[in-house]
Amino acid sequence: MRSLALDFAASRVALAAAALLVLLAAASLLAPWIAPQNPYDLAQLDLANSRLPPGAHAASGATFWLGTDDQGRDMLSAILYGLRTSLTVGAVTTACALALGVALGVTSAWAGGWFEALVMRIADLQLSFPSILIALVLLALLGQGLDKIVAALVAVQWAYYARTARAAALVERRKDYIEAATALALPGRTIVLRHLVPNCLPPVVVVAGVQTAAAITLEATLSFLGLGLPITEPSLGLLVANGFAYILSGQYWISVFPGAALVVLVVAINLSTDRLREVLDPRSRGLY
Amino acid sequence: MLRYLALRLLQALAALLVMSAIVFVAVYAIGNPVEILVSPQADQEEIARAVAALGLDRPLPEQYLRFLARAAAGDLGRSFAFDVPAIGLIVERMPATLELATCAMLIALALGAPLGLWAGLRPRSAAGRSIAGLSILGFSLPTFWVGLMLILVFSVQLGWLPSAGRGPTTSLLGVPVSFLSLEGWRHLVLPACNLALFNLALVTRLARAGTADAMRQEYVVFARAKGLGEAHIVATHVAKNVLIPIVTVAGLEFGSLIAFAVVTESIFAWPGMGKLLVDSINVLDRPVIVGYLCIVVVLFVAINLAIDLAYAWLDPRVRGALA
Amino acid sequence: MRPLRVLLAVLLLSVLAARGAELRIGMAADVTSMDPHFLNLQPNVAISMHVFDSLTLLDPEARLIPGLAESWRPVDATTWEFRLRRGVRFHDGSELTAEDVVFSIERTQKVPNGQFRAFTRRIVATRVVDPHTIRMKTAAPYAMVPYDMNSVMIVSRKAAAGASSADFDSGKAMIGTGPFRFVRFARGDRVELERNDAYWGRRSQFERVVFRIVPTDPARMAALLSGDLDAIEQVPPPDLARVRRDPALRVEQKVSWRTIFFFADQRERAPGLTDASGAPLARNPLRDRRVREALSKAIDRRAIAERLMDGAALPASNLVSPPVFGYARDLKPDVHDPAGARRLLAEAGYPRGFGMTVSAPNNRYVDDDQIAQAVAAMLARVGVRARVETLPINAYLTRGREGRFCFALLGWGSFSADLALRALVATPAPERGFGAFNWAHYANARVDELLERGFGTLDERRREEIARDAMRAAMRDYAVIPLHHQITSWALRRGLSYPGRVDEFTLANFVRRE
Repeated sequence: MRSLALDFAASRVALAAAALLVLLAAASLLAPWIAPQNPYDLAQLDLANSRLPPGAHAASGATFWLGTDDQGRDMLSAILYGLRTSLTVGAVTTACALALGVALGVTSAWAGGWFEALVMRIADLQLSFPSILIALVLLALLGQGLDKIVAALVAVQWAYYARTARAAALVERRKDYIEAATALALPGRTIVLRHLVPNCLPPVVVVAGVQTAAAITLEATLSFLGLGLPITEPSLGLLVANGFAYILSGQYWISVFPGAALVVLVVAINLSTDRLREVLDPRSRGLY
Repeated sequence: MLRYLALRLLQALAALLVMSAIVFVAVYAIGNPVEILVSPQADQEEIARAVAALGLDRPLPEQYLRFLARAAAGDLGRSFAFDVPAIGLIVERMPATLELATCAMLIALALGAPLGLWAGLRPRSAAGRSIAGLSILGFSLPTFWVGLMLILVFSVQLGWLPSAGRGPTTSLLGVPVSFLSLEGWRHLVLPACNLALFNLALVTRLARAGTADAMRQEYVVFARAKGLGEAHIVATHVAKNVLIPIVTVAGLEFGSLIAFAVVTESIFAWPGMGKLLVDSINVLDRPVIVGYLCIVVVLFVAINLAIDLAYAWLDPRVRGALA
Repeated sequence: MRPLRVLLAVLLLSVLAARGAELRIGMAADVTSMDPHFLNLQPNVAISMHVFDSLTLLDPEARLIPGLAESWRPVDATTWEFRLRRGVRFHDGSELTAEDVVFSIERTQKVPNGQFRAFTRRIVATRVVDPHTIRMKTAAPYAMVPYDMNSVMIVSRKAAAGASSADFDSGKAMIGTGPFRFVRFARGDRVELERNDAYWGRRSQFERVVFRIVPTDPARMAALLSGDLDAIEQVPPPDLARVRRDPALRVEQKVSWRTIFFFADQRERAPGLTDASGAPLARNPLRDRRVREALSKAIDRRAIAERLMDGAALPASNLVSPPVFGYARDLKPDVHDPAGARRLLAEAGYPRGFGMTVSAPNNRYVDDDQIAQAVAAMLARVGVRARVETLPINAYLTRGREGRFCFALLGWGSFSADLALRALVATPAPERGFGAFNWAHYANARVDELLERGFGTLDERRREEIARDAMRAAMRDYAVIPLHHQITSWALRRGLSYPGRVDEFTLANFVRRE
């Protein structure tokens, strides 16, 4: 593990990206304490503060460092809470999709037969479809809410994990240590859980990184189209959508800042994941 | 070969059936579309009559069977909102989306391949590394935000390009197109670039990885030993081996471009199928939603099949396996 | 070189001349069909009004004026007689007769899924007295026939015989008597019209009019700013300041007939209501008039109008706008009084307030979801913990009908106070057509009785008095909580002018060059 970390840190760009990611995660976790205002508490919003530019002052004396949106919400607070939502959606989606996908993928590689064929058929069918279409239809059916978004995203993403896990499991299966375990008459479940799965994880981890970024971006896109979270708890995508109408009249801060925060988050995740992929798969080295 | 084709066709039909069923059930459960079709001044009797006329009071399985029977005959229902055949509505909008997607694909290939090639040839140079970095940026940026930025910079601040709509179109073989006129191009540039960004980054990364990989291969070492010039090696040997998989991936991604056009079309008010889908979801125009998804499934399956067959034909290894 | 220069000059002049004779207007909503008897949607009706006429028209103040009918009168309690204007010709040259009127009325009943049936339902029989006189019979005394006729477009019996909606879209049946002839409809893009030089009414100053469909607000603004369009309707409120500052543009505004208000559910048990800690309530607090008054006082209408709507709203006290028939001038909008609201709530037995869900559509009225949020924030400050729920309009209308909301936002545009009250506030009675949109199940016998009386009264002035009384009775009891009347804005390039209209329509033949 230590050598892995050192390898990772060899790239300064990736190191900076990872550090930024940790910073953003910490900021969003501590949001209830460090944010100047709770943007989800309706009683704290005052219409008199709406659409103030960055640096303006409220009647109470507080400064709106990044300006306010059309409801009087402090943009800085809204972005911190929005990051929180984005990271939560990303983390929970990845965790669930990974668990589901790896379970199905490894099991189908181990069990083979009709089970494998069925699971892979469904996965193929789903993967041949762009995620956004599946998500659109599912959300149109399920409605608004954090749990429903996560459900839709998990439904879209499990197939990536299943495919990758199955491919890795098929390779690992043939290796000596699995043969040995089988010869020792260990129960199938033990072999799969204790030996097969851990060794299939490295490629899955890389997929997880990429898919987390994809989940966050997809949630933002769906919110932008108006199909995501409820409007009183805006995520970054919804903040951008709200501000779209004001761009022409020069009130750029309502859209640009949340968008920038989203971009920084996703880029940080992607840069880190890219480096991780290189570190875990030595064949792809030599490119940096 | 024939067996392969038949098998793939069968798979395609199965996919179509499953998709239409899922979508039909999904859309039925959203709400009662009668509300949007009844005059605001109307009373309860009116509404009851409308329900009967639209066939919305029949049991779900019966509605679905009727739908299947009509679909087989090429009729995907009449749009609730426009009272014209749904398939006509979608087909009317298809050229706009296809034009946008094609333009985006060409931009992605035309810019991405050379950039990726360059980065792969000189991975440690400043240019190579910045291209690599920018490509990560490229597929990290959410499409809707990039669109917003493009509008902000090129429409609002600079005023060079229009921010929405398709502008006047010229007719090519009876189909309205934008790329044959200057005005059409002005309207096409921003949405096409917006849609192309993600694929551009993808193609760049693929080209870069593929080139770097190819340069390590034995045949390149051998060619160098033979004394062939670097440029010649790259142009004749490396490029071909890199480009074929890229074009294949690009072809498969074309379907994804058509899907993601939903976002671009919404931002730029481009009158294509994607915008029609989003509008129809908001208005609960059931036949159009189902029709759109069916057409997209057909499109995807057709694209996948075509690429599969082309690949099978091109790559002698696969051809051998099939025989 | 001379011939070339001449040719260029001619080309330039002809282009300029062509541009000068063409008016390009940006529409804010999508036109879905050319068929005037199919969908009762604002953009569709807007186009219909250019190609067709109806027996009665509305003036800019939404008052009824003669259209194709020169005059009308009640012959007896259940019969109305309309006298048609003479010498009116359709675009194909044929003369307008009463037969065309009968055909049009019958067509509204026959179009599949037609939304104009409600306007001709009450007519049980029509009789052509002579080519320019027609009589309509109703089952019971009904004063609203001339108003209903305003929504029935008169089509040519010859051209529209057996026509489907597609025939209108293609132009085959688009033969009317209106100020413009139909040229082309490109779905999702534009509608092109050409001046009717033989029009009987106000003729257009422009030879050609192009209605470009640009529902996206920023796109419409951008097109106007870049000179792509000459005029747009529904200027997005945040851009009003910018348009006013721009020397190349001008703004026209008019109070619309559209009133935004809130329903407060009146049933024994209503969904979405909890006490201050979140537990379900024994009784429905909204049934108490004091609670409704408290909610109304908690809302700062002026802040919403000024800060949220950028001045494009007028705080409301009535369910209809000031210029509308039956508006009661003596009612005033509730002043923002949070302390008073708290007091009333305590009096009613809710000193700690209660919990409630505020529901609104998110894609129908200007800033509808923003309004709901702002109102929820204001209610929270007087102790009513509000959750906000927004839905696309069609799902919203469904759920509203099913009674799934306890505090719901709606907008209503009507040219008559009694019609609005009948739909929204009258005790639900489907067989009479009362309370079709009374989601709150409000019931007030006095209001019902006044409305009944009004509809049977054929004298306009008397009817207006009764309507005002009904409005006062309903508003003083907080049947609904009115919020504001929308102010419609148009933006035109300098050199053009348009007298705004209460019914929000943009009629191209009234756009003048200065």
